[in-house]
Amino acid sequence: MTDLATYNFAYLDEQTKRMIRRAILKAIAIPGYQVPFASREMPMPYGWGTGGVQVTAAILGPDDVLKVIDQGADDTTNAVSIRAFFQKVANVAVTTKTKDATIIQTRHRIPEEKLGEGQTLVYQVPIPEPLRFLEPRETETRKMHALEEYGLMHVKLYEDIARNGHIATTYAYPVKVEGRYVMDPSPTPKFDNPKMHMSDALQLFGAGREKRIYAVPPHTQVVSLDFEDHPFEIQHFDKPCALCGAEQVYLDEVVLDDRGGRMFVCSDTDHCEDRRAHGHVGHLLAQEAAE
Amino acid sequence: MYVAVKGGEAAIANAHRLLADRRRGDRSLPAISIAQIVAQLGLAVDRVMAEASLYDRSLAALAVTQARGDMIEAIFILRAYRTTLPRFGYAQPVDTADMKIERRVSATYKDLPGGQLLGPTFDYTHRLLDPSLLEDGPVDEPEQKDVGDAVTMRVSEILAGEGLIEPDGMLPEDHVPGDITREPLEFPLNRDLRLQALARGDEGFLLALAYSTQRGYARTHPFAGEIRIGEVEVEMDIPELGFAVSLGRIRVTECQMVNQFSGSAKQPPQFTRGYGLVFGQSERKAMAMALVDRALRAQEFGEDIVAPAQDEEFVISHSDNVQATGFVEHLKLPHYVDFQAELDLVRRMRREHVAAKSQGPKPDMKEAAE
Repeated sequence: MTDLATYNFAYLDEQTKRMIRRAILKAIAIPGYQVPFASREMPMPYGWGTGGVQVTAAILGPDDVLKVIDQGADDTTNAVSIRAFFQKVANVAVTTKTKDATIIQTRHRIPEEKLGEGQTLVYQVPIPEPLRFLEPRETETRKMHALEEYGLMHVKLYEDIARNGHIATTYAYPVKVEGRYVMDPSPTPKFDNPKMHMSDALQLFGAGREKRIYAVPPHTQVVSLDFEDHPFEIQHFDKPCALCGAEQVYLDEVVLDDRGGRMFVCSDTDHCEDRRAHGHVGHLLAQEAAE
Repeated sequence: MYVAVKGGEAAIANAHRLLADRRRGDRSLPAISIAQIVAQLGLAVDRVMAEASLYDRSLAALAVTQARGDMIEAIFILRAYRTTLPRFGYAQPVDTADMKIERRVSATYKDLPGGQLLGPTFDYTHRLLDPSLLEDGPVDEPEQKDVGDAVTMRVSEILAGEGLIEPDGMLPEDHVPGDITREPLEFPLNRDLRLQALARGDEGFLLALAYSTQRGYARTHPFAGEIRIGEVEVEMDIPELGFAVSLGRIRVTECQMVNQFSGSAKQPPQFTRGYGLVFGQSERKAMAMALVDRALRAQEFGEDIVAPAQDEEFVISHSDNVQATGFVEHLKLPHYVDFQAELDLVRRMRREHVAAKSQGPKPDMKEAAE
């Protein structure tokens, strides 16, 4: 029992990796189409990034530089855990710098910095089916995709507007890929949707529990669903980041006290640190320096 | 001053150190050995083996102690190990008719060839706490009837002799049994895949579904035709040798339910079957599995699908406790990016609500409503 803990490079055996790579290739060939794959049990729980981890494990080579983020940050506990996993099972170089990474595994965010050619963004996906909450049956939703029958989704968005005056979807906002498949961008805030469009980077999506892989190859159209009179729009924040002064970035709201005190800071921690290293100062840091 | 939360790594390491401490507990007490768990918590070990789909008592016991007795956690640990094992072949179907029987009961016949054999059962025990177990007193050696090597006829065979029950499930001659651990599930499933999924399904979930069929949500009029527990031989064909060799014996629990008959103008009425087969000794699971299997055959018999237990996609998609626990528990991971997006929208809608109240409906909202 002592030799139990010997595992292949990047944990998965080569046969499994080959099976996953085939699914990835198929996914790249049919942008936005959900390819079923024989997802394995991983040593972390389903729902905690097993799909992303399997995709990363299948594409990772010894020369890759890996970055792992959760909620935009490199230091959230699950990101730390997944990064440590790949250091342990693949002894791979890791970084927190977006531009230095060849593979970035992410949960819920796309980095603020524009991704370039040769970079791969691996998304962890909980529910890959954009139609799931409109139709719970897989047998039905697969048919709907095959027939390009997306009317239900437009009705849902229309009903949102009728009821609330807004499309009430703020994250996991559905997109249409290359004019064909409606796709779930994973639960990233809709703020990040435009970054997927015509990206120079390869975007891979892994859903372990639901056993699906899908992809957006570089330079592919990704269009958020909307209406002519209710065009898609992203979130805007009233204030810049309190630490680095960045505008047009996604911010986290941090509760400072029990008297309603709030501050807004970059969700992308690497981006924020990089800006501060280059001399950008937000109002809270400036205020502190003045004290 | 707000400091971005750093040190996730140290926090995780410390948490795991504390976990290790709590797992071991009071150091002045001797640690429980794997052998003790295998010997004295055998049914816990059985459940872990069954739902992890790996027949290895020592590893299952290791998982139980590593998981501090949390069964689903132990199942998860053993599954994650199982998935890394190379697949060097598929065994022959086990022959449960040839089982070395330790327990065998039938609720449909008073007496039958091979007899009723109670075996090591909790049935008819009075569930009174037993203070004598507080001391490690002597335990009597068991007295067992020697069943020898005689093959014990299945109850379903007795019924089949008269044509009273449908034959054992048959798949086309060229059908290769599927493998849910190697292929993604695609609905609708064949019964082979469905039974595989049920065999590793969560005992509690299947129990509740089975119970629901008894209370009228897809009633199937079941009789426990036969439950048998014992060891069966696992054999595998070795191509180089040209014959099957024995890999060893495993203990299994099998349940054959005899259910509501069906018939038509062409076919005389026959009882139908529900089937359950589980690693180790787990009657509850095998019986629940058999009831759910029968309920899921509704379409095959042209029965109306009116209840959850008959809905294949619903049952099989949610029966795996490793998947279920992961996804339910993932809600404790940070979701603040998405929550921020919702906060932003709700605040905006509240502002608009207040404004609309003081000014009347906004023109664009009216338009959308039209």
